[in-house]
Amino acid sequence: MARFSFLEWPVVRQLRTADSTARSSATVSEHTRELTSRNATADRVVQSVCPYCAVGCGQKVYVKDEKVIQIEGDPDSPISRGRLCPKGAASEQLVNAPGRQYEVLYRAPRAKDWQKLDLEQAVEMVADRFLEARRNKWQDADDKGRRLNRTMGIAALGGATLDNEENYLIKKLFTAAGAIQIENQARI
Amino acid sequence: MANADCIVIQGSNMAECHPVGFQWVAEAKARGARVIHVDPRFTRTSASADRHVPIRAGSDVVLLGALINHVLQNDLWFKEYVTSYTNAPFLISDDFKDTEDLDGLFSGYDPETGHYDRSSWAYKTDDDAGAEPEHGASASGRAEGESHGSGGPPVAKRPMRDDTLQDPRTVFQILKRHYSRYTPEMVQETCGVSVEDFEYLARSITENSGRDRTTCFAYAVGWTQHTLGAQFIRTASILQLLLGNMGRPGGGIMALRGHASIQGSTDIPTLFNILPGYLPMPTVDMETFQDYLDSIASKQQKGFWANADAYSVSLLKAWWGEASQPENNWAYDYIPRLTGPHGTYQTLEAMMRDEVEGYFILGQNPAVGSANGRMQRMGMSHLKWLVVRDLNMIESATWWKDGPEIASGEMRTEDIETEVFFFPAATHVEKSGTFTQTQRLLQWRHQAVTPPGDCQSELKFFHDLGQRIRAKLADSEDPRDRPLLDLTWDYPLHDDGDPSSEAVLAEINGRFLTGEDAGKPLSTFNQMKPDGSTSGGCWIYTGVYADGINHAADRMPGQEQDQIASKWGWAWPANRRILYNRASADPEGKPWSERKKLIWWDQDAGRWTGPDVPDFPVDRAPGTVPDPDAGGPAALAGDDPFIMQSDGKGWLFAPKGMVDGPLPAHYEAQESPVVNPLYPQQPSPTRELFPRGDNLTAPRYGQAGNEVYPYMFTTYRLTEQHTAGGMSRWLPYLAELQPEMFCEISAELAEERGLEPYGWATLVSPRAVIEAKVLVTDRVVSLDVAGRRIHQIGLPYHWGVGSDAVVTGDSANDLMGITLDPNVHIQESKVGMCDIRPGRRPRGEAATRLVSEYQQRAGLTVETGNERVTDPDLELRKEDPS
Repeated sequence: MARFSFLEWPVVRQLRTADSTARSSATVSEHTRELTSRNATADRVVQSVCPYCAVGCGQKVYVKDEKVIQIEGDPDSPISRGRLCPKGAASEQLVNAPGRQYEVLYRAPRAKDWQKLDLEQAVEMVADRFLEARRNKWQDADDKGRRLNRTMGIAALGGATLDNEENYLIKKLFTAAGAIQIENQARI
Repeated sequence: MANADCIVIQGSNMAECHPVGFQWVAEAKARGARVIHVDPRFTRTSASADRHVPIRAGSDVVLLGALINHVLQNDLWFKEYVTSYTNAPFLISDDFKDTEDLDGLFSGYDPETGHYDRSSWAYKTDDDAGAEPEHGASASGRAEGESHGSGGPPVAKRPMRDDTLQDPRTVFQILKRHYSRYTPEMVQETCGVSVEDFEYLARSITENSGRDRTTCFAYAVGWTQHTLGAQFIRTASILQLLLGNMGRPGGGIMALRGHASIQGSTDIPTLFNILPGYLPMPTVDMETFQDYLDSIASKQQKGFWANADAYSVSLLKAWWGEASQPENNWAYDYIPRLTGPHGTYQTLEAMMRDEVEGYFILGQNPAVGSANGRMQRMGMSHLKWLVVRDLNMIESATWWKDGPEIASGEMRTEDIETEVFFFPAATHVEKSGTFTQTQRLLQWRHQAVTPPGDCQSELKFFHDLGQRIRAKLADSEDPRDRPLLDLTWDYPLHDDGDPSSEAVLAEINGRFLTGEDAGKPLSTFNQMKPDGSTSGGCWIYTGVYADGINHAADRMPGQEQDQIASKWGWAWPANRRILYNRASADPEGKPWSERKKLIWWDQDAGRWTGPDVPDFPVDRAPGTVPDPDAGGPAALAGDDPFIMQSDGKGWLFAPKGMVDGPLPAHYEAQESPVVNPLYPQQPSPTRELFPRGDNLTAPRYGQAGNEVYPYMFTTYRLTEQHTAGGMSRWLPYLAELQPEMFCEISAELAEERGLEPYGWATLVSPRAVIEAKVLVTDRVVSLDVAGRRIHQIGLPYHWGVGSDAVVTGDSANDLMGITLDPNVHIQESKVGMCDIRPGRRPRGEAATRLVSEYQQRAGLTVETGNERVTDPDLELRKEDPS
């Protein structure tokens, strides 16, 4: 803090400077001058794309201490020219939503509530069930003896919010496993 | 869109659902373009338009068909464009009969299967070179239409033609006759659109089309979610071809899609019926690899689909590497076979029959977002296990403890055997990868931070799951496990253990496998070979990783580029921004006008040139007449701009590809308040039905019980919420902006039913009962249709019943039934019938009782409304062919 100075009183500033209507420099204190935007304190800014609709607006993600502190529109994008809609503008809260889930949860048959489950163990359980369902509902051939090579025991839904690379791996794995019932929001 | 002179937005509320994209409409308008919004509701899109044209939901084919009729009758079509670039002069088989001849059906209808034998829709030829047309029943089963996401189906190579367009068998004359009954008066009668509004619309689009001007259409799910949704878009395509608006700046038909990568998830599909790049999934009758290839294309046909063998072999090489060899048909038999539709609604029925044991839900919320929500939740209760991967605890993960059926007593938590796993997902900034936006543009997202807690990307989860599955089967001798064990699955890992998404993108792009370039990325799909010397996971994406550079991450600022902005992201195919842009020049290769210049023939250089990447063989001169024996790209004539069509032309008439008719005809929705004014055939005779006790339909107008569900309802989205709410109802900002479920009704309906503004209303359909706050507004207008007053109710569909979201509420989709478009298996969720009354809905068992009481009063059975053919004279005509 600078030493108190009578000359820095706002009304005195207003009178002694050209800003007689106090709409400009007279209203700016040293404190105000020292303020910076939250974004200016970011350690890095990462280019991204809005996750909501398919317009594909450019986003700039501001990261500080390995946390996302703000997401804003990217003025460089020729699609969006820096703009975001209410959802895109709220997407920092999508990342830091108070109700977001961070833990694997498991509901046993007939159970009334969730219980916590170790991530490794959960994926292992899903892998076992995947193979069992695949086996239980496997079809080698149709009633005319024609090749089917498939399972009807496993299905999947969703993909339009995921990345191309993710959809690629999902379709590849399911097809190799013989699982054909795979769908996403494009069918809606 | 910014280059358009007229923009018609129909079936979309672009200003509210794609607000940032709408800036380009606003920009076009500021430059003098006329903007017209056709929609049941007056929205912010209407407010920014020059005119809002209110329409009865589901009647769009009549309005668009009448515009086609207007263009043909008044000789307003673009002569040179239509005769050179479309199939207008082609002749259709003598056996073809139109809806004009058969009272609303086309020739080939089989009432037994509810499908068409399409052989009579084929081009007339003087040879027998045409492929045998596939029966509509099997084509519908594999959703054939979708495999044309990047190009059309094969047809006869040398159709007969009449360039005077006078022969009654020409497409042009058939079109003219077909739409002759689509008059302005019929529009008024069917759509509730005044003759004055119709004339304004007709004048606007025709005055703004031609050499010097272009008109653009934009739509969203307001066009797709109908039993004839695909035909809505076909009708607009016919109109745009007649006006010469395809492949040109400011022209086209814009699909405004609703999810960040819904285009990508179709290109690289998590869909049952296609493989990456719109290659079809094989069906059981495609026993050999050759059968499979023949089903896609003939080597003799025109255009780039003729190389489908190269694309298919490259895909098989990408997936099965060394195990994919010529001796085993490149591992073709590793791919499972389809036997019919296996879409999401058919899978739901299979769940009900206890045939599905496990279900993965990946960033989707079917308990709220899919039609007939009750069926969705009941179906999940039949599963052995359910995996939900999401950011938030969505209703599809909690229906077993807090869903509406728990409240009504139809299900008891302690009786439900289903195991449920919830895995927290990573957000878009916690992983790197590409989204493909609605104009086919791939944009790379850099990872900003690592995922917190147990959160994982789908890439990590499925890579890990695949590794575990393969490890468990490592010693298996069972041939059925070979496809999993031989799968290429060795992606490099980052330090944090996540697989490299860039390595996956490189595999999608493809590479040379042999020769001096072995290992190098392909630059274009033209380098793909059917001999196993190349690989590539999605041929249309080849080039995104050309020269080992991730072009999806290209980020030259827009302000430093021209309008095409080709150095921002990468668009498939080949980074072209406007598809079929050869049509932006005349047959001689000159721009149609200076004002609408995009791609033209540079005589001196002997090449096509312009600011965009030419969508044509770059050195094929405009006047080229190909060798009649050539196939593939070499067979394209200098005036065949539609290079993915097997005849190089834009299709006014679809001899193949559609299962419900070669030309769009208007049918009423599954649930409709009127008798079809066009034909004795009421609904689409090929619509896909789910006649079940839990999916009842209201009686047709004029049938007993129809008055029990007297009002139409339609659904829509709000700016501040997103689809079923999984990414918006958990955000306090957005939840506060749109906190609760409501229904929009006219003052007239409020008066008729005694509904108080801001009070509660109960809505009952043949499937469910929900409640909503009442919003009385003159934005929803009641229309005079077929001599009656028709009231439409608007319902946003973002809310669901659960206990975890910041805001919850009843779901509009619970009211919806499941009846599908036979081409693409999309449900009709833009039109339904219901009753509305004041007050909150009953709680507990009383809610189910109320729905049953309505059903009984209307006399509903599983047959109600599910007749395929409604013309009583059809059987008579069949017996008497004269």
